[in-house]
Amino acid sequence: MERFITKENLIRLAEELTATCRVLAPVASCGTVTFRRFLPGMVLDMHSRMAAVSPKAATFPQTETLLTVKREIPEKKPEITETLPEGKNVVIGCRPCGARGKLIFNPVYETDKTKDPYYITRRDNTVFISLACDRPETTCFCHSVGSGPADAEGSDVLLTLVGEGYVARSVTPAGEEVMKSSLFADAGDKGKEADAKNVRARELMGEAHDYASAPAQLLARFDDMDFWQAQSAKCISCGACTYMCPTCYCFNITDDDLGLESRRIRSWDNCMSHTFTLEGSGHNPRPTKAHRLKNRVGHKFSYYPDLHKGVIACCGCGRCIKQCPAGVDIRQIVKAAQEYSE
Amino acid sequence: MNANPYLPDMATIVEVIQETHNIKTFRIVINNEERMKEFTFRPGQVGQLSVFGVGESTFVINSSPTRKDYLQFSVMRVGEVTTRLHQLQPGDQIGVRAPLGNSFPVEDLKGKNIVFVGGGIGMAPLRTLFTYMLDNRKDYGDITLLYGARSPADLTYKAELPEWTERKDVNTVLTIDNPSEGWEHKVGLIPNVLLEINPSPKNTVAITCGPPIMIKFTLQALKKLGFEDENILTTLEKRMKCGVGICGRCNIGTKYVCMDGPVFTYAQLKELPSEL
Repeated sequence: MERFITKENLIRLAEELTATCRVLAPVASCGTVTFRRFLPGMVLDMHSRMAAVSPKAATFPQTETLLTVKREIPEKKPEITETLPEGKNVVIGCRPCGARGKLIFNPVYETDKTKDPYYITRRDNTVFISLACDRPETTCFCHSVGSGPADAEGSDVLLTLVGEGYVARSVTPAGEEVMKSSLFADAGDKGKEADAKNVRARELMGEAHDYASAPAQLLARFDDMDFWQAQSAKCISCGACTYMCPTCYCFNITDDDLGLESRRIRSWDNCMSHTFTLEGSGHNPRPTKAHRLKNRVGHKFSYYPDLHKGVIACCGCGRCIKQCPAGVDIRQIVKAAQEYSE
Repeated sequence: MNANPYLPDMATIVEVIQETHNIKTFRIVINNEERMKEFTFRPGQVGQLSVFGVGESTFVINSSPTRKDYLQFSVMRVGEVTTRLHQLQPGDQIGVRAPLGNSFPVEDLKGKNIVFVGGGIGMAPLRTLFTYMLDNRKDYGDITLLYGARSPADLTYKAELPEWTERKDVNTVLTIDNPSEGWEHKVGLIPNVLLEINPSPKNTVAITCGPPIMIKFTLQALKKLGFEDENILTTLEKRMKCGVGICGRCNIGTKYVCMDGPVFTYAQLKELPSEL
């Protein structure tokens, strides 16, 4: 289905959706654009720049309660309650990379053996209305990891800015359902204009880097700690790269003791942290930032592709590069490993 | 396991055994009688124990599936969860998520001679398989158990040691690092005593677990004795959270210790990136 929606009507659509869904949208605050809970009257900021934080939290919240345990009467056995997510979510105005990022979760969070009901429930109840990019940033490299500025994979609706509105294309039945709203109009021949803009955006990205040799080359460098120490020299182990990343899915599970009851909480975790792999015995298999960066880069460009049909666990959004306070660039690290010769 | 992999079963602690100054063994029974009756696992598999309000930690199920009255876990007191566990008494409630991970290949080991080499709390996973083999004694060839600790006070499973040392169908050798008054068994570091025992590698599988430094030198001793990499098994410790291959914490390259392990052959370990 192809339709057209004006900028004003997209805001009205977002406002209407708040009646039945939680709406997440890019909102500017204190000079930063982030995905926030959108409420009527708020101002969408879809075009100034890519949101600093991805919409990952829509399907994988930074913190969520997995279970609550009541233990108010000591003699009585504790009662455990699963707290599965309820309700529907709509993400409006994410870039294709942000929508596609969640696909990396799928083969991990849903397998024949194990199903993560929290992620699956959120994923299946969240509609992504994405906006095709019309001008790449210097940190963007989605075209090198199998995607592109108008990639619809992972989105339910893909918008392309044309004049004072958007050409909207449905990708899934859920997207089609949203587009049944009377706020959408006939697209006329604007589709051609949208196609031309999408082609132009892809051209602006230039030549894609070929990561085909990365899985093997990164493994070949595994024991070369001089290489990894050089690559990680600037890193300050702050973990911003993992928190900003739409594809990072590692988590911690902790208990929050509320006295008469407790909550079991899942929160984003950070493989760049020293404590991530610290064992009870005191032994740490990844004791330095060089070991940890090796695992992070190795996971995205070597281990994950090896396990999941060559798919790179990176959507090329470049947030880890843009937000890194020390200027660590994952593209340069992988390239250095690919070009390295003894 | 429950359909929700994070949902523990409620269990009751039925017995607490003080093994050493910092190790206790907990015997637990799952509260839901049907679940307890149906509960099956294979030697070497692990479980997550929960103290609600404090957290979860991973321990090997060190009872044998041949003895189904309870599930047994030995816990060394090192952190918050283990400290709180150590304060619990029979009748107290905990959560258990089990079984998790792979196991010792009990079927493939049939007809083979077995050499167990356990150090300290590393005896816990070996105890499962050792007990399993004692309960299926005719399926296996010669069985040697070499179990060592720093001192007699650091030996776990003291209640069972007399039976293990007196049984005629197993060769149990106990050792401590330094001489101790009244000690009637071997004195010496495990790898040295292993070389002294000199087990034949022919049709024999060695299974070892203990502190990393002990495993390192035990592997050297086993190689010196002529054991093939494929015939050396060990279990790995890793920090785990989800236990079902999702949270991304316990990987070594493409392998996840909570799913692909904790049991690995030495040949498999050599194939993995060196990140133990």
